[in-house]
Amino acid sequence: MSAAPQKAKAGAERIDVTVSAVVPLNDLVTRFEFQRRDGADFPPFSGGAHTVVEMKDGDRSRLNPYSLMSDPADLSTYAISVRRDDQGRGGSLYMHNNVSQGDDMVITYPVNLFSLDLRAKKHVFLAGGIGITPFMAMIEQLERSNGNWELHYSVRSADLGTYTDVLTYKYPNKVHVYIDDQNQAIDLETLLDGQPLGTHAYVCGPKGMIDWVHATGSKMGWPDENVHSEEFLAPAPGEPFEVRLCKSDKTITVGENESLLEAIERAGVDAPFLCRGGSCGQCETDVVASDGEFIHRDHWLEEEDHASGKKIMPCVSRFIGKQLELDR
Amino acid sequence: MSKFDFPPSIKSRPVYGTLTAREGNGHLFIADAHGAEAILDVATPEMMANAHIIYIPRGESFGDKLRALNPAQYYEGPSYAASVTRIQRVLQDAKMGLQVYLTGTEGLMGQAQNEAMQAGIPHTAIQTEHRGSVARRMQCVHCKGITEDVETDPFVCSHCGLNLFVRDHYSRRLAAYQGVCIDAEDPGNVPAAKGIYE
Ligand code: FES
Repeated sequence: MSAAPQKAKAGAERIDVTVSAVVPLNDLVTRFEFQRRDGADFPPFSGGAHTVVEMKDGDRSRLNPYSLMSDPADLSTYAISVRRDDQGRGGSLYMHNNVSQGDDMVITYPVNLFSLDLRAKKHVFLAGGIGITPFMAMIEQLERSNGNWELHYSVRSADLGTYTDVLTYKYPNKVHVYIDDQNQAIDLETLLDGQPLGTHAYVCGPKGMIDWVHATGSKMGWPDENVHSEEFLAPAPGEPFEVRLCKSDKTITVGENESLLEAIERAGVDAPFLCRGGSCGQCETDVVASDGEFIHRDHWLEEEDHASGKKIMPCVSRFIGKQLELDR
Repeated sequence: MSKFDFPPSIKSRPVYGTLTAREGNGHLFIADAHGAEAILDVATPEMMANAHIIYIPRGESFGDKLRALNPAQYYEGPSYAASVTRIQRVLQDAKMGLQVYLTGTEGLMGQAQNEAMQAGIPHTAIQTEHRGSVARRMQCVHCKGITEDVETDPFVCSHCGLNLFVRDHYSRRLAAYQGVCIDAEDPGNVPAAKGIYE
């Protein structure tokens, strides 16, 4: 772990904001724009960064990560675009149903786990659906430095093609849109074949798409380091289970629809986190004792760690069994 | 020639592996002297159909054997310096999927790796295998001059003439180990030179 200064509270620092605009984009996606309540500029961020939005949903507090999709050069406003997920755990529904212009909210400083590799000779972006959001900021960033990029964006239908209109209008030669229900699909092998040496590919979208790009890349001899991906995992629901938090001397029950991290926080225990999506590594927790089966879902731990039963990432992973004791 | 087992050292010191065939749309081999043997070990007809071998013999006579592998392109250069523009040109025109294999002396592998990195291949994706001489390419930290093929420790900087101690501290950017004055405190008090690994 790095020698970061001790913070009062887990997670990145908070910023008090006001919702300055709520812009519905299509049936599923709405853009939320924020301004700081103190009138100052937001901290600078780079394309690919996300912020964690705190939602006070009754007595439940939700913390969901969203990619910043506004122009990194405009620090007066941060914007996120949220896809409504009717089957999800409720964060996106809360944003869609309960948040309106003028509301006060709290978001965190940006954290970037999906940054551009600026040594790249060329950047190839592959987006699926709402996975377009980090690329919106990356594209603006690269346009300013005259970067070499192209976007391949796959959407379910023309109506659900969030931002396809602006993108194709501004960058007609660099943006390629593929519409699923018109039987258009990204021809990945042809696309990856013949890219100049030093090209980096970035993929953001459903898990299947991410795996497909990684697998096709390695089959075609692309170094792993040149294929970047971001997938925020939402914590999956599961059977409730009991956990003993040794350091805090508490025993808690993780409910069906909350994550282990959320249950720890609900018990008043301050546990570290950044992404809440299984990729930053910040929430890594040692297992003191266990009798049962881990359901590891993170992208952080090595397979040996998963197999060892000695570590767990509470933001996305769960447990089934008799007993679990954590060093927290 | 048998392979040399470098003693374990600090993290800065490069570690070399054994070339293995990887999937890709092209295979670029850059080798000097006994590095030819590593190519002969790993080559398959399928690889050679899309291979470019750049070889610097440095007095060894593996050229005919390499040519007999029938690579798509074969080039033999009199020195690294004479071959580097070709290496740069090949990398500049190359596409993603190219596999790079470096083998031979540390100096050759380090410098060629540098070119490949600048062309956009991460160093972790570049394969290396050490063969032949264990001499080092050294940079004098005082005058910054490079002395090639250093076999003894200490040695005399070929540029400024200082007596230099051979460190394992390596610079990937310079493709050289660092040489530090060994008698700065007590000029003239220089231990007898011995082989680097003796
Ligand atoms: S908070 Fe990032 S991995 Fe758990």
